[in-house]
Amino acid sequence: MSFLAIRNLSVRLKNGPALLRRVSLDVAPGEVRGLVGESGAGKSMIGKAVLGILPPSVQITEGEILLDGTDLLSLPAKESRRRIGASCALIPQDPLTALNPSHRIGPQITDRLVDILGWTRAAADARARDLLTEVQIADPARVLRSYPHELSGGMRQRILIASAFAAEPKLIVADEPTTALDVTVQKQILRLIAGMQARHGTALLFVTHDLGVVSKVCQQLSVLYSGLVVEDSTVADFFASPRHPYSAALLAATPKYTDPDAGLHPVPDAVIDAVRAEVAAFDRTLAKGVKTHG
Amino acid sequence: MLRRRAGLRLWLSALWLAALVLAALLAPWISPRDPLTQDLFLARLPPFWVAGTEPGYLLGTDSLGRDVLSRILHGARVALLVALVAGGITCLIGATFGLLAGFLRGWVDMVISRLIDIWMAFPPVLFSILLIAVLGPSLTSIIIAIVVIDWTRFARVVRAEAMAQGAMDYVASARVAGRGRIGTMLREILPNVLPTVVVLLTLEMGIAVIVEAILSFVNLSISTDDPTWGGMISEGRTSIYQAWWVLVFPLIALFLTVLAFSQLGEGLKDRFDPVLR
Repeated sequence: MSFLAIRNLSVRLKNGPALLRRVSLDVAPGEVRGLVGESGAGKSMIGKAVLGILPPSVQITEGEILLDGTDLLSLPAKESRRRIGASCALIPQDPLTALNPSHRIGPQITDRLVDILGWTRAAADARARDLLTEVQIADPARVLRSYPHELSGGMRQRILIASAFAAEPKLIVADEPTTALDVTVQKQILRLIAGMQARHGTALLFVTHDLGVVSKVCQQLSVLYSGLVVEDSTVADFFASPRHPYSAALLAATPKYTDPDAGLHPVPDAVIDAVRAEVAAFDRTLAKGVKTHG
Repeated sequence: MLRRRAGLRLWLSALWLAALVLAALLAPWISPRDPLTQDLFLARLPPFWVAGTEPGYLLGTDSLGRDVLSRILHGARVALLVALVAGGITCLIGATFGLLAGFLRGWVDMVISRLIDIWMAFPPVLFSILLIAVLGPSLTSIIIAIVVIDWTRFARVVRAEAMAQGAMDYVASARVAGRGRIGTMLREILPNVLPTVVVLLTLEMGIAVIVEAILSFVNLSISTDDPTWGGMISEGRTSIYQAWWVLVFPLIALFLTVLAFSQLGEGLKDRFDPVLR
């Protein structure tokens, strides 16, 4: 039984093009699913839809988001907010804008535990210290008293990871958590996320454009193109033999650090044309379906 | 070096404003003369450093023989009252509208933004003269006129700032955690627009002092007997060739006060903003 199940989720810009095309995917408890695709493929959009933070300019046109068996989209807004807050968390992309510059680190981690989840202040403070130790911050007491601008990007990303795990969520959406960091820090942060996820048994929806990251962190994988899931398989199967030509080309395009002379292999135009045609065909059948219903 | 200069600016402007507040509070006791007493035999006395002037009138007298220094000290009361009350109310109303429009977006933003657009299409000076003509000239009508005209300044700037802050990831995180819209607005957005609001507020206080002076200048302020800086400038204008001091001293007071307000705002922003601090 999966903790998160998305069924036929379609999202479009209001009076504009489709952003997600009947996306379905599952994340079992304690499992990590990678969402891969190029910029604009809609991978972040899925995470935002799950957490109820879609921008006001887009709307969900159909589908279900089942969290622990209950469809969030059929619940009243307040109730779905409560459920998301109680069992989900976000690790955002840019650590520089993800902490409020006006508040010290401590309250940013603890206030939501106290205000929303009803913890005691002492319990929340102790929890924050433990978490910062767990994400390998050397001097938690000092960091908790600091303002975000006093800390480095890698440090802030560690704090965001600690903060995401604070209330022991069942599901975490990590939206390209390493994209804004430099490569050496990236590696530490990835190891940290993977370690925390394994220890806490949290389900993780990992949005990334980096297949190298996927191979290190994820067990399941969805490849998106233009809001359409073109491949859904286990990471082991995918790296052994990708089924869809687009995802095969994507895999071939990943630079090999072991062989720097191999050069770059961009996704061939023919493959792009084919996958575009597939998306167009999908839209046509959808339009026909709507017509026969009407 | 830069740090010290910013500090100096803050302290100098705070010093001037503090002196002004003291002068306004203590005006009845520290004024050398009664600001309303006329003495036509002592009309247009030059300031103290000019040879042959009557001692005891430091900054001279106007064409009715009233003491200029005493009138400036009493005029500070009106100027400061207008600055604080009109500036404060304008800020409160404008910033509230701006925050609601910028963070809640949707129909709230639509209504408030259209209101601002329509409001700003009125010519402000005519609008204020009309308002005072309807309400009758008094200190209260001046304050109301300033609030009614200037709230849009706050609303527009705060709206843009709240929108920019609303797009930040920390707002998304707060929403995911289950914080309500109003809670998010007050806790996450408000502290980050506050430095902007403080700067605008001090600028607005300076503007309020100028507007009061302008309205006094066109005789739409409080009764012409009561000393106001604008009224003094207006009276001094008629005798500028015979007695320049009647015009120049209130003008200097006005200039320094407006400058002090704006510099105070800049200085406070440097202190207030956690990123600049």
